Amino acid sequence: MFNIFLDDAAALVVVLPLLISAIIAFMPSKIWPWIISLVTLVLHLVLSLHLLKEISISGLIIYEFGNWEPPWGISFKIDGVNIGLQLLFSIFVLISTFYSRKIFLSEIDSRDSGKAYSLWLLAIGSLNGIILTNDIFNLFVFLEISALASISLIALGAGQNRKALLAAFNYLIIGAIGATFYVIGVGFAYAMTGTLNMNDLVIQLAQYSDGQLAIFAGMSFMLIGLMVKAAIFPVHIWLPPAYSYAPSAVSTLLAALATKTILYFFVRLLYEVFIIYPSYLSLFLDFVLYPLSLLAIFIGTLIAIYQDDIKKLLAFSSIAQIGYITLAFSLKDHSGITSGFIHIFNHALIKGGLFMAVGYFAILYKDRVTLSSLRGFGYKYPITSFALLICGLSLIGLPLTNGFISKLYLFQALYTNQMYFSIALVAVSSALAVAYFWKIVEQMWFSEIKFKSEKEDAYIYLPIWIITVSIIFFGIYSSPIIEFSNLSADYLISGYQN
Amino acid sequence: MSNSFLIILGIITPLFAALFSYICRYNNNLRDSFGIIGGLVTFLISLKIFHGIQNNEIFQITFFTLFDGVDFTFKVSALGSIFSLVASSLWILASIYTIGYMRGAGEKNQTRFVIFYSIAIHAALAIAWSGNLLVLFIFYEILTFSTFPLVGHKQNAESQSAGRLYLSILVGTSLIFFLPAIFWIWLETGTLDFQDGGILINQFPAEYLSLLIAMLVFGIGKAAIMPIHRWLPAAMVAPTPVSALLHAVAVVKAGVFSFLVVIVYIVGPEFLLQTKSSDWLVWLACFTIMASSIIAITKDDLKARLAYSTISQLSYIILGAALASSLALKGASFHIITHALGKITLFFCAGAIYVTAHIKKVSELKGMGFKLPLIFFAYTLGALSIIGVPPFIGSWSKFYLIMGSIEREFIIVAIILGISSLLNIYYLLQPVVIGFTQNSRREVKLTKAPLTVWPPVITGLSCLIFFFYANYFLNNVSGVIVS
Repeated sequence: MFNIFLDDAAALVVVLPLLISAIIAFMPSKIWPWIISLVTLVLHLVLSLHLLKEISISGLIIYEFGNWEPPWGISFKIDGVNIGLQLLFSIFVLISTFYSRKIFLSEIDSRDSGKAYSLWLLAIGSLNGIILTNDIFNLFVFLEISALASISLIALGAGQNRKALLAAFNYLIIGAIGATFYVIGVGFAYAMTGTLNMNDLVIQLAQYSDGQLAIFAGMSFMLIGLMVKAAIFPVHIWLPPAYSYAPSAVSTLLAALATKTILYFFVRLLYEVFIIYPSYLSLFLDFVLYPLSLLAIFIGTLIAIYQDDIKKLLAFSSIAQIGYITLAFSLKDHSGITSGFIHIFNHALIKGGLFMAVGYFAILYKDRVTLSSLRGFGYKYPITSFALLICGLSLIGLPLTNGFISKLYLFQALYTNQMYFSIALVAVSSALAVAYFWKIVEQMWFSEIKFKSEKEDAYIYLPIWIITVSIIFFGIYSSPIIEFSNLSADYLISGYQN
Repeated sequence: MSNSFLIILGIITPLFAALFSYICRYNNNLRDSFGIIGGLVTFLISLKIFHGIQNNEIFQITFFTLFDGVDFTFKVSALGSIFSLVASSLWILASIYTIGYMRGAGEKNQTRFVIFYSIAIHAALAIAWSGNLLVLFIFYEILTFSTFPLVGHKQNAESQSAGRLYLSILVGTSLIFFLPAIFWIWLETGTLDFQDGGILINQFPAEYLSLLIAMLVFGIGKAAIMPIHRWLPAAMVAPTPVSALLHAVAVVKAGVFSFLVVIVYIVGPEFLLQTKSSDWLVWLACFTIMASSIIAITKDDLKARLAYSTISQLSYIILGAALASSLALKGASFHIITHALGKITLFFCAGAIYVTAHIKKVSELKGMGFKLPLIFFAYTLGALSIIGVPPFIGSWSKFYLIMGSIEREFIIVAIILGISSLLNIYYLLQPVVIGFTQNSRREVKLTKAPLTVWPPVITGLSCLIFFFYANYFLNNVSGVIVS
């Protein structure tokens, strides 16, 4: 019986959370929604591991829904590109769900627990769909589900601060504009080719090998739509308020995974489909994505330095870090794509860990966490503070943390592409990251106020420390992440060469 | 005891000292004794390693691979054995001195102070024994972060802004220049290991070598070459034991040591001599020597004056490295020892004067020489050694540096070194002269702090004694530089 279950693993990783989310929506209990979600995500992880096993044997899984063959039916595709991301996703959602309970209990009305976890699973299921889908319209559906779920989750932060509503509304409007752009692009592509399946799209587009204005317009619409969703500078403005006013558990999930999944699809679209128009692609990468990435890195870091609110600070740092990822993806070669994927993994862990720690401080402090409110926290809550310190050092990119590995490979990629100016800029911005991070450390340990240490909640610091230890682990033993990223780049680049 | 075990033991002993200090934080005497015990243990280990290196033994241990071609590894080089010996031996005396100073000056948060002090020594030893450039970088950063709480120890506005300046310059330069330089070396050669004769020759484009040297010398901010020197005077807000051991020995020496190691074991003196890529640095070092000497003259605050003197003396070592001839490198390596002994004596004295007489300014020292004869005696010994008067140990390194510059036919450099000695005489001996002039009318209340008096006397006398045993160190030094 279990085998039947495993046969459909590719579909179930998406369907299971969506299904369970409907079941727990109206549960009045405080604790059961959490337990059920946790069990679901353990199953989710088992399924992901099963997929990994399958991929290591066959290298490719195409799952056809309802046995409709690809050009007509919707299909999921799992291959070397997304299997690593799928695993990271599965593990991280499990950890953050474990972490979320106490945070939700103190930040939202406990009667809303069922609704919160229902939305939580909805977001998880749809984000996972973005990773797996092989259909450009199906992607739009998942984008919309995940956006609506995230917006509702962000709005739950209104109990803490009314600005959460505004942030959610902003995200709703801007996200909808992004999605509209994307779907218009899909419309163009469909009108020209009559297909929505990504593999088929490549074949159909080949007939317009010299390019057609309608196709370029469609591609541009799709890319801009995705850029809005992935918060690539300068269309990132929805992100900082959304991350900072959401309940802390939600910020953790969104910051670590939401933009990453979309970035993944973005790069897949670029290198798997749009690659058949090399001149268009290099135009986009060299004159749009590359300069915007540099701006994102620099401006994101500079704004972060002047933030007083810690969650906002982290959100602006995310803008800069997304800039690093897109910078790597704009390089058009194996080393660039590898380093982009490496940073997707590493930054998900780092930012997840940071948001978890700051989220815990938020519920301890019972207010917005600003710089001054952290005063003396290093003594008051040493366990969490120390984890925050390590995550922060990794964000700066010091050796023995995974942030260093990211930086190393990014430098290598830039160096092989002879982009010395970008190297200098990345080096300067990583030094500027010290400025905003050290302000936090200074407040926590080196201010006049001293506290006796207080008891910390193991349910919360345990997941934080799992992330922290993994940050150090992958800083020392980096080959798993590098191999997965290499694999992703191999798959994408093989398409590039054909 | 196996050689690799010795390395591990040497590196973790300071950490254990820190840990035990924390455990015994409620018993002041016990807490402070761990610094001395740790100093003794690491000193014995360093001494054994030092002798081992003289007998061509190999001290190496590899833990794990960080990335392609770069392991987390320790391997003691001849240069490293010298640096570790200096740092650990002076740690013993500095620990004794710390007890006298911190209690005498009534500083708060002494436990935190002792802990970070030990961690800083740990980082310095690990730098000394690191087996490749990345391991060196890791502990270089740990040294910066662990000395930050010591610089900002007083936690007032002044020390806070000094701490910020300290951290931003040191971490900033290391991330902007040093780390990219390391990446660059790795990308060109595929390794970062220290090897005799260097790894860059035939691997690295010679026309970019000057740029790499520039990135390294400005990236290693701890070497305090101008214009990256502002952090050192700022760091003088720290209690004197920090200025003495860390900002005259461990931290700044870690900086010049790192640069020297890069020149000797990464770039390779031969490659440097072929390409002459570091000749520009000779002039920058000369400029720093002169400029900071002149600034030192204008400083009335004794510690600030000593800080600028340190900047000038550090550039002697950079000068030696930049000249890259064998005599100059010998002088530069030896200067690590001689300047450490001399400058720690001076700082000890400055702190002792502050604790016993509460005087910080040179101009207020009038007549103090008669009241504090031992301290002034030690100060004079240290000052003479730094000036380079025989028979003090400092004369050796200066001799080799001047010989080295003549060997490379930089006659002007030799002259500048001479002028700098004259300036040294002026600004280092001025306090002594003032101290033994007319008694001031002002009554000064003296506090007794014997623990702060004897350490400088010991280091001062050793400046004199080791002049006659210089060969003991020079053997190791010349073992380093086979070119």
